[in-house]
Amino acid sequence: MNRRFAFLIALFLVFGFALMSTAQAAPPKDPLGVVTVKKGQPVHIAYWMVVAGADASLGTDTKRGVEIAIQDKGGKLLGFPIKLSGQDTGCNAEGGQAAATKLASDPSIVAAIGSNCSSEARPGVPILWKAGIATVSPSNTAPILTDPKRGPEYDGYLRTAHNDKVQGAVAAEFAFKKLGAKKAATIHDGSPYADGLQAVFAETFKKLGGTITAQEAVAPTDTDMRPVLTKIATGQPEFIYYPIFIAAAGHITRQAKEVAGLEKVALMSADGSFSPDFYKAAGETAIGMYHSSPDFSAFGAGYKDFLAKHQKKYGEKPIAPFHAHGYDAAMMVFAAIEKVAVKDGDNLYIGRKALRDALYATKGMKGLTGTVSCNEYGDCADPRIAVYQQTAENIKKLQNPETPFWKPY
Amino acid sequence: MLQRLRERTSATDVIMWLIGAALMTLIVWGSTATLIKGTYSARHWIDFVIFGLAQGSIYALIAMGYTMVYGVLRMINFAHSEVFMSGPYTAYYFAAYFYQSGLLESHPVISLILVFLVSMATSTLIAFLLERIAYRPLRTAPRLVPLITAIGASFFLQYMFRGFFGSGFQAYPVIKALEGQWLVGPMRILKFQALVIAAAALLMVALYQFVQRTRIGRAIRSVSEDKDASALMGIDVDRMISMTFIIGGAAAGAAGVLYAIMFKQVHFFMGFIPGIKAFTAAVLGGIGNIPGAMLGGIFLGLVESVGPSLFLDGLGIVAPYQLKDAIAFTMLVLVLIFRPTGILGERLAVKKA
Repeated sequence: MNRRFAFLIALFLVFGFALMSTAQAAPPKDPLGVVTVKKGQPVHIAYWMVVAGADASLGTDTKRGVEIAIQDKGGKLLGFPIKLSGQDTGCNAEGGQAAATKLASDPSIVAAIGSNCSSEARPGVPILWKAGIATVSPSNTAPILTDPKRGPEYDGYLRTAHNDKVQGAVAAEFAFKKLGAKKAATIHDGSPYADGLQAVFAETFKKLGGTITAQEAVAPTDTDMRPVLTKIATGQPEFIYYPIFIAAAGHITRQAKEVAGLEKVALMSADGSFSPDFYKAAGETAIGMYHSSPDFSAFGAGYKDFLAKHQKKYGEKPIAPFHAHGYDAAMMVFAAIEKVAVKDGDNLYIGRKALRDALYATKGMKGLTGTVSCNEYGDCADPRIAVYQQTAENIKKLQNPETPFWKPY
Repeated sequence: MLQRLRERTSATDVIMWLIGAALMTLIVWGSTATLIKGTYSARHWIDFVIFGLAQGSIYALIAMGYTMVYGVLRMINFAHSEVFMSGPYTAYYFAAYFYQSGLLESHPVISLILVFLVSMATSTLIAFLLERIAYRPLRTAPRLVPLITAIGASFFLQYMFRGFFGSGFQAYPVIKALEGQWLVGPMRILKFQALVIAAAALLMVALYQFVQRTRIGRAIRSVSEDKDASALMGIDVDRMISMTFIIGGAAAGAAGVLYAIMFKQVHFFMGFIPGIKAFTAAVLGGIGNIPGAMLGGIFLGLVESVGPSLFLDGLGIVAPYQLKDAIAFTMLVLVLIFRPTGILGERLAVKKA
């Protein structure tokens, strides 16, 4: 009797355990590890953007895009609160490396959004990917980052920003076709962004039949640009293209008109300095110059709503070109997490490799910037680049111009 | 004779001389090639020289602070670049106010003088406090200690200003009276460059006269010769050291406004690069020697402006201006190989070697 009772209990226990284990789906296996979000804990997303220093407007802008995306989600993902934390990247390689190292040491981070400057992504992305963190950049545009030869350490990298193969070509077409310039000079600052962009510009400009008189370079910390501009003046260009960042671009814009032979030359920079902070740096000398940037008038239907929310939340208009890309990057990450996360009882399990694959599988997502579809190297943008001209009015108000001056399409 | 020469020169000397000779050959070769190619007309060279002079005179003013402090204390005041930054950054808020109230437009001279005074006062105060708080308590400590303190003070000041004024930059208003250019024969000089060069020259002459002619100047020089003997002669050594920091601070504050007039942007990190360059200029001229610092600063400014075009263009190097700093520091290496004490630095080196 006693024995039989013991046997029954044992049988019951065995069945019970078997039942329990079938009720509880095994947490997903993943070659890169699984992030477990326990009940009540948040889904942790990290940004690594330049939110301090001379280029702070670039990062603040994309960060705001991410914040509005979280707000639109109601602050929750699959019933779990979303937590956003971040690191400043300084718009240089050292800053990107430091920020990525800090993020990589936090195992609770599910995915990252960043970086802003391509120079930050070069050392930063491999560090994050080694820790299994996939990252979606809202504003890296250097072609090398999604190049077929970029190497497996960039496998966890995607971007919603355009590839500069597009932007550089648009600038060259604009200079040659619209302005009728035959001779152009370029200046870069040694960063992968500026170097890549000016190379594409020069190549396209030459292909169209123009001459490149000089391909100069400065350091991002340089202040005295007059000597280098004097050297450029010896080639008598009609057009100078300097797709660099705010501080140095401000110096070049101010000093170009002071150099003999460059009084009438047309100046053009790119999205990296398309910001009210640049108008502060360059002052009235920026009037009449051109910037290439994503075409806001071609953005999706939701963009107007977004601008209203932005105005309400931050009390101003967007301060750089990549807020909508930040929003789309965040939405892409959220959608991918929703797709791969396994909810089990009270916990949420997110496989890192699965998340990366889901991000790469993003196809036809309707975003603010257009239709977001990723190719096998992580280029997800629907690039429509327009050229803007600075007027006295928008420089005075310290606002980006709203309507494009020229479109290639 | 030959034997004595052999005894006195070591293998290192020979290698150094070879490096020096190789660099010299490269420079001469590059320059000749550039001049033969003739891309640049005389007007371009004059422009390069004027740009270099303007930049160099700012380096020279900052270098005065480094060299004078080295003269009296035998230490490198690495926080001097923050003394340079503090003045124009603080004065920016006055300049912006004058601009908004219209004073800058109606009375440019008065408002400029006021901006100069604010900047010099701030820099002087910071330099004075720096010496009082960070260096004086360590006067008797080993030489490495104040050096580390200087680096610490430099960070402290940088991030203090970042805390006060934010990490972004501020842009100085444009002074209408300084827009435009003057033509002097074939020379074309921008008005503000003329102001920068003239103001810097005036300040340097005034400072030099102050150190050479006044009682305080004489006392400072005697302290830098020998502290103990000066004290015995009734000189208040501590006061003279404070004076040195004050003079260096005032020069840096003035240099800061000139820098802001030339480049318009100010931010909390702006002192770093000019500080390093001015330190280089001080070493180039012979550290501890005041005319040396002036000469070194102007030399460095000229090399940075003329050098990339003159030396590298002829060698067919693309984008030579990226190598501006490399050229400047190569010059430093060259000078130190051939004249280890700097251009004018012999007296001091003999004494304290």
